[in-house]
Amino acid sequence: MLTPATHVLMSQTPSSPDPLPAPSSKGPDLAFKWVAAFAAGMIVLLIVLVGWQLYAGSRMAISQFGPSFLWSSQWDPVQDKYGALPFIFGTLVSSLLALLIAVPLGVATAVFLTELAPIKLRQPIVMAIEMLAAVPSVIFGLWGIFVLIPWLRDYLFVWLKHYFGFLPLFQGPIYGVSMLAAGIVVAIMILPIITSISREILRSVPNLQREAAYALGATRWEVLKIAVLNYARRGLFGAAVLGLGRALGETMAVTMVIGNRPQISASLFAPGYTLASVIANEFTEATSDLYLNSLFELGLVLMGVAILVNIAAQIMLKSMTGSGPIKVN
Amino acid sequence: MATSPYLPTEKFARWRKFKSSAVTAVLVVCALAVIAPLFLVIYFLLVHGSSSIDWNFFTQLPKPTGENGGGMANAIVGTMALLAMASIVGVPLGVLGGIYLAEYGSDRANDWLRFAADVLNGVPSIVWGMVVYLILVVPFKTFSAYAGGVALGLMMVPLVMRTTEEVLILVPQSYREAALALGVARWKVIMVIVVRTALKGIATGVIVALARIAGETAPLLFTALGNNFWNHNLKEPIAALPLQIFAYAISPYDDWHRQAWAGALVLMGLILALNITVRVLSRDRKHNH
Repeated sequence: MLTPATHVLMSQTPSSPDPLPAPSSKGPDLAFKWVAAFAAGMIVLLIVLVGWQLYAGSRMAISQFGPSFLWSSQWDPVQDKYGALPFIFGTLVSSLLALLIAVPLGVATAVFLTELAPIKLRQPIVMAIEMLAAVPSVIFGLWGIFVLIPWLRDYLFVWLKHYFGFLPLFQGPIYGVSMLAAGIVVAIMILPIITSISREILRSVPNLQREAAYALGATRWEVLKIAVLNYARRGLFGAAVLGLGRALGETMAVTMVIGNRPQISASLFAPGYTLASVIANEFTEATSDLYLNSLFELGLVLMGVAILVNIAAQIMLKSMTGSGPIKVN
Repeated sequence: MATSPYLPTEKFARWRKFKSSAVTAVLVVCALAVIAPLFLVIYFLLVHGSSSIDWNFFTQLPKPTGENGGGMANAIVGTMALLAMASIVGVPLGVLGGIYLAEYGSDRANDWLRFAADVLNGVPSIVWGMVVYLILVVPFKTFSAYAGGVALGLMMVPLVMRTTEEVLILVPQSYREAALALGVARWKVIMVIVVRTALKGIATGVIVALARIAGETAPLLFTALGNNFWNHNLKEPIAALPLQIFAYAISPYDDWHRQAWAGALVLMGLILALNITVRVLSRDRKHNH
């Protein structure tokens, strides 16, 4: 026989799972929920905080120079005149060079890993790429100064100058520290993320695509071209843009190999300077308020560009994979 | 007689096959080129680093150039202290945020929060240094270990949050239902049942984040600043391995360069150890399920 209470319980539909709420847990429950919500909300708060602090730190420079800060190429602490152009130029050129090197290599490696490599080989290669991602920027910089740059100076740059010296890109004196050296080091540093995201993208290409192309008698290359790369191109583009976002903010390694000279030169052998590296080098030495404010404005520019590029990449990757999550880090 | 390239002639078929194998070869070369830098970096770290590492390196303070001996004992301890402080800041915020995402948030709110976390993850690390400089260095009028720890800790938050969410979602729904059916309060269900079940996964995520920030230099430049002596007060500047490596690498002295290589080898060893821990932990997890 059913007691009335059991009867009430049984008549409850499963959609209300909490028939007898313990009254005492309401308060702590709510408090816990709000603490968790606060922690999650911190993420949004932090973005606002970062943006606001950078703006507050650069207000004096913003009102002094206005928008012309962005295209003035004078950077003269002695006369207290500042412009961002050489640094924007250096950041863009070194990042684009890095992309030029890293995107073809990274996508090719991703294709190799998803389409060609024997199963036994895949895991070790993926692990090696993950390890490459774990190497800190400052160690790449150290290696760049003492290993890569001497080699570039004595071999690759000489070779480039000899055979391609007719291009303005490869003219002028060779110092070793240069825009091209920075591009190469940054390329190495963004290879892991480009490779791993491209790999995720390629794995999301349905096998039916490949099978259909093979069934038509396509060779392996034709399958790749028609069925795989074409299908995945938007996502691969997203991977490249994400790599660009990383490249823009690279600081230590670039600072150590780019030569740190605020100039705009057509030659890739010439030293340059980037937004991140001028901040790293001059921040603690800024002697006047306007100087420090100008450095903050450079930081504001850097963060603005990096965030916009990142958002663009997220949107591209999301539209590629539908709702399926792509792990970005 | 068939001269059109569109007809499947013997010659055309051979050309297609050749093209395909050529591309295959190119792909193999590219893959080799991608992993080559790893081996080059590790090779030179071992060659230059191991010849300069000795007992002094782990026990002594940095010495002026020209003097024998000298090490980075203070920087090694400093890095450990900074990682500990970063965890104190980053782990609670990240884990609680992850709990919110996995246990409370609506789908729409979660989409936005995840998006925000990914955006935050893309903020250049040097920017964190500038922001914390304004928040903690300017008001207290001194570079400090605290500031360095907070800068690194804030960088951990989005990472820890995302990994926490991922492992909490893996906890079977029936665990929650069983506990709730016994009349356990929701927050207790989460902390005692869900979080404890996923504890290993959360720990793994925290170690991944620590490995990521252990080598960060840029956020420490204007916060922790670096220090050639022991830090006796966390309100004062503190040494860190990456900072010391940077300072020595760009110096003009050969003996400091050797010290930089030794420091880089130790730092890489630390990061490798953290990564191996992660592998061991996540392998165990797979066994359990």
